[in-house]
Amino acid sequence: MNIRKLPFTNLLRKPGRTIALVLLTALLALSVFGGSVVVMSMQRGLKSLESRLGADIIVVPSSAQSKVSFKNMLLQGTTGAFYMSGENLTRTLEVEGVEKAAPQLFLASLKADCCSIKIQVIGIDPETDFIIQPWIEESCRQELGDMDVVVGCDVGVGAGDTLKIYEQYCHVTGKLAPTGTGLDSAVYCNMDTMNKLLKAAEAKGITHDITSEDEGLVSAIYVKVREGYDIGKVNSAIQGHTRKASAVRTKSMITDVSGSLSGISRTVTWLTAAIWILSLVILLIAFAMIVNERKKEFALLRLLGTSRRLLGSVIRIETAVCSLAGGIAGVMIASVFLFPFTKLIESSLGLPYLTPPLPRILLTALATLAGTVIMGSLASAWAAGRLSRVDPGIVLRGN
Amino acid sequence: MLLEASSVEKWYLRGKGFSNRFFAVNSTDLILESGKVTVLTGRSGSGKTTLMNMMAGLLTPDGGKVLLDGKDLYAMDDNTLSRLRNRHFGMIPQGAEILPDLTVMENILLPIGIYRDRYGRSASEAEECARELLEQMEIGDLSDVPAKELSGGERRRVCAARALAGAPEFVFADEPTSDLDDDNTKIILSVLRQATASGCAVMIVTHDPEALGYADIHYRMDGGSLSVLPEDNKPKEEKIHAI
Ligand SMILES: Nc1ncnc2c1ncn2[C@@H]1O[C@H](COP(=O)(O)OP(=O)(O)OP(=O)(O)O)[C@@H](O)[C@H]1O
Ligand SMILES: [Mg+2]
Repeated sequence: MNIRKLPFTNLLRKPGRTIALVLLTALLALSVFGGSVVVMSMQRGLKSLESRLGADIIVVPSSAQSKVSFKNMLLQGTTGAFYMSGENLTRTLEVEGVEKAAPQLFLASLKADCCSIKIQVIGIDPETDFIIQPWIEESCRQELGDMDVVVGCDVGVGAGDTLKIYEQYCHVTGKLAPTGTGLDSAVYCNMDTMNKLLKAAEAKGITHDITSEDEGLVSAIYVKVREGYDIGKVNSAIQGHTRKASAVRTKSMITDVSGSLSGISRTVTWLTAAIWILSLVILLIAFAMIVNERKKEFALLRLLGTSRRLLGSVIRIETAVCSLAGGIAGVMIASVFLFPFTKLIESSLGLPYLTPPLPRILLTALATLAGTVIMGSLASAWAAGRLSRVDPGIVLRGN
Repeated sequence: MLLEASSVEKWYLRGKGFSNRFFAVNSTDLILESGKVTVLTGRSGSGKTTLMNMMAGLLTPDGGKVLLDGKDLYAMDDNTLSRLRNRHFGMIPQGAEILPDLTVMENILLPIGIYRDRYGRSASEAEECARELLEQMEIGDLSDVPAKELSGGERRRVCAARALAGAPEFVFADEPTSDLDDDNTKIILSVLRQATASGCAVMIVTHDPEALGYADIHYRMDGGSLSVLPEDNKPKEEKIHAI
């Protein structure tokens, strides 16, 4: 019997104890890894939201307010079938202090033949748009031509494919980076394409609140206020100048969201820290108990001539193997519950939720593993250290 | 090799608030000579195990020294002392402790597997020796049995084989015959006696009068103090041949 094999023999021939330790460390790794991934995803979601939301004011039809909550529109990208006259865009631009005004036109969600989920079509004006266009440019270089569409990352087609929407064939020119919102399942096109699609939809019997006018239709207008102007005053001015529309400030919504987001991420962080501390304490107690239960065994090894250092490494290897196995199990369980269900988490949180890129996740997983192994080693080193301060002669005689 | 205790003592705190020193072993001198069986008897609680543990490098004395060839065991660093115990000392502890999850043979060979560069007997030599010892002690068929299945007496015999298989210079046996029947008592005592043939020094703590027949030197312990009983100290060679 070689002493270097002893840790493994101990683990294998005491399966109950081994499994209990592995489960304990798995719980630790699960909570830490899961908690960190959730917090990181929420923070990334907020960041992507903030960077995409350059608008100070949103103008929507007055009728829309009852149809869709602005908060969801901002956070989740949910759109609705509401329309107002395109005249309102011109009127908005006339208001002093308006720097940019970007129209968007929504087409009610439809079930496309490509996908199992409902997709939304959003028409933008690439010339004036400052909301979606930068994001499109980030992901694909190409300009949006006629009958070209760019798709969100959850739409099941790729660049180069053809997407049939209301019997119209659209050419997919690019796929966007994920945002963690409902915008990921939307399709984007320019206004000309959008108008064609609207007509096609009408032809299929889908009606709108308002009949086409010369000025065209818009669903929402995103407004950027010129530097130095008071957003509140510009907001009221727009409100007064447009027809059958209401202007809403986004700032309050965003602060609202980032407030609740930082609240949630604080809670998750504290929860993770609490679980971490709790598991550390449990781990320490467990190791102290195990070492106590096994103190005769360890004293016997000392009696047979095992030095303190060697005994320490036997105990360390045993716990390192356990905590590594537990750490891997915990990370894997967390992954199984987190990554396939990001959409579910996103919708139940009601907040943008953007899973970090793979290298970040791997790094977090590695850090979690290192953390559990180090923690396990510390706990066992502490327990073993306490033991080896006592002469083996004393330990062995106490029955 | 010569192992020598010079005025070792060990005390524990007792009484109300642990205010009184209670001497488990009073200042004691003891020499273990190679090739000799030293038997230590005495009433329960008189300090026999305490003295033996101090001799075996397992318990730091509160006064005095234990010298191996003139070198103080307890002045050595832990690594040196541990290696020394591993190579030169074999012990049958009073509780007959073994690792329950290892087999009998794995237990016996455990001390030899602790240090890669351990000199002395190789593992295969030790295994051969262990098989002979097990055979002699009538547990030859148990070598692959998990140690947790053994009876008290079987465990004690396995401890004896573990103590002897590495060919140590000193063997410490703390009540090696306590759960054994008469026949097995004789066998284990003669196995210990045999070890002296190769120059091993054997120290036996026992309540068993039978052991006196195998002793070269007999000490008595009383309340922590040692006294030699010269009238018992005559060679007992004939006893061994009787078995
Ligand atoms: N760690 C300790 N703490 C307190 N008292 C101790 C300790 N170790 C030994 N003693 C006391 O020292 C005395 C001697 O103990 P020791 O174990 O040496 O006796 P012993 O002669 O081997 O007895 P036995 O024949 O029953 O084994 C006892 O009274 C015991 O209670
Ligand atoms: Mg004793």
